Amino acid sequence: MIRLPRIIPILQLSKRQLVKTIRFRKPTYVGDPMNILRIFNDKEVDELVILDIDAHRNERGPDTDYIQQVAAECFMPITYGGGITSLEHADELFAAGVDKVCLNTSAYTQPELLTSIANKYGSQAVVVSVDARKRMFGTYTAVIRGATQNVRLKFADYVRRCQNQGCGEILVNSVDRDGIMSGYDLNLIKTVTDHSCVPVVACGGAATNLDFLSAVKEGNAAAAAAASIFVFQGPHRAVLVSYPDRKHIMEMFDDNCRQCQNVA
Amino acid sequence: MTQVAVIDYGMGNTGSLLNMLRRIGVAAILTHEKEQLASCSHFILPGVGSFDSAMTNLKNRDLLCSLQECVIDSQKPFLGICLGMQLLAHSSEEGQLPGLGWIDAAVKKFPAFSDPALPVPHMSWNSAESSPNSDLFAHSAEERFYFVHSYYMACEHESDIAATTEYGITFTSAVNRNNIFGVQFHPEKSHRFGKELLSRFLDVKKVADDQTT
Repeated sequence: MIRLPRIIPILQLSKRQLVKTIRFRKPTYVGDPMNILRIFNDKEVDELVILDIDAHRNERGPDTDYIQQVAAECFMPITYGGGITSLEHADELFAAGVDKVCLNTSAYTQPELLTSIANKYGSQAVVVSVDARKRMFGTYTAVIRGATQNVRLKFADYVRRCQNQGCGEILVNSVDRDGIMSGYDLNLIKTVTDHSCVPVVACGGAATNLDFLSAVKEGNAAAAAAASIFVFQGPHRAVLVSYPDRKHIMEMFDDNCRQCQNVA
Repeated sequence: MTQVAVIDYGMGNTGSLLNMLRRIGVAAILTHEKEQLASCSHFILPGVGSFDSAMTNLKNRDLLCSLQECVIDSQKPFLGICLGMQLLAHSSEEGQLPGLGWIDAAVKKFPAFSDPALPVPHMSWNSAESSPNSDLFAHSAEERFYFVHSYYMACEHESDIAATTEYGITFTSAVNRNNIFGVQFHPEKSHRFGKELLSRFLDVKKVADDQTT
């Protein structure tokens, strides 16, 4: 069997409802998270990322009771992000059955939190969501607090700092491509993988299965994440939960490998 | 009756394992109490974290002695998961402390692979080439498991190896000696493949029971 890159649905939660944003704004109601989770579980998805998009706003911390109910339905690895500001939050989430925690705002405002979670649970359990906005001349700025505040560090320096502090995986999320379904920002993904020694998960803009291939082959991502493509269907964005057939993904990556060999 | 003890020694996340055992429908408790452990039929040692802190925690909670009684003296089925498997070895490159030493093996760190497609930690779904007489595996081509690790177990005796996996090198992804089992991957995170593997482990009877029947 060839080892396939992980293909990861991202679920955005807002007040216990599943939503989908566009450029980090305009959350559209998608459905009941539990129903959709069960479908993803039945489809044997590689992994799930669950992001509570307004947990940071009301400073209430993660909705751990709900996450526990969610985790009880999932028999694949789960990453949770949203409102994590302390080691105690991480403790509660791991006890609830989450495998990795994902930090965005706290990764910048209190980088030592990455270290303390990594020391206790291992760096593989610490993900940083590097949300990025494109600047002129192909450069990027990392953003926090739901893309409302800029990180005052050079982009590459910030990516490196997160890893030095103990982050073991980076979810690189293009704000400009969020919900747009126009393909990944491969330049952004490449910029992050060039400055990373940990696995990088591409996110933001996937429209077709071929985008997953590009993220891995051109962007050097270890995994490809997406939201819209797994919950919407057609030009009117009708809600339909889907996940690519494993055989299809295998053939896609396999064909590509064979083509590479032919060229070489 | 099958009663599973998930060893509680403060190493990483036990929530998902308990969820999976609940889904299988088996009675399971999270414990480090000697009396509770003695009443259980199967033992699972999960574990995420570092080798030395795991051994220290086992010692500080008096678990070394209890586990010795249940697993070595009473020969009850034992399964180590991820770090819990690595602790079966006598030593690890990750730390200074000796391991449980129940399997003749040393734990080694993956080399840094030059191929960018092989970052360490190995964090992905992968297959396991199981040895034909292993009781844990379905031995089917579609069987796959979720791995997250930077270290792997190098066994001294081929007879202890229950499965191998490829990641830059071929490493031991499952071990078995008598009533002692270990898997490097996370069955509790591996959909039906993991669920079925855990069920097969729970079907393993105490060695002494087998002899009387």
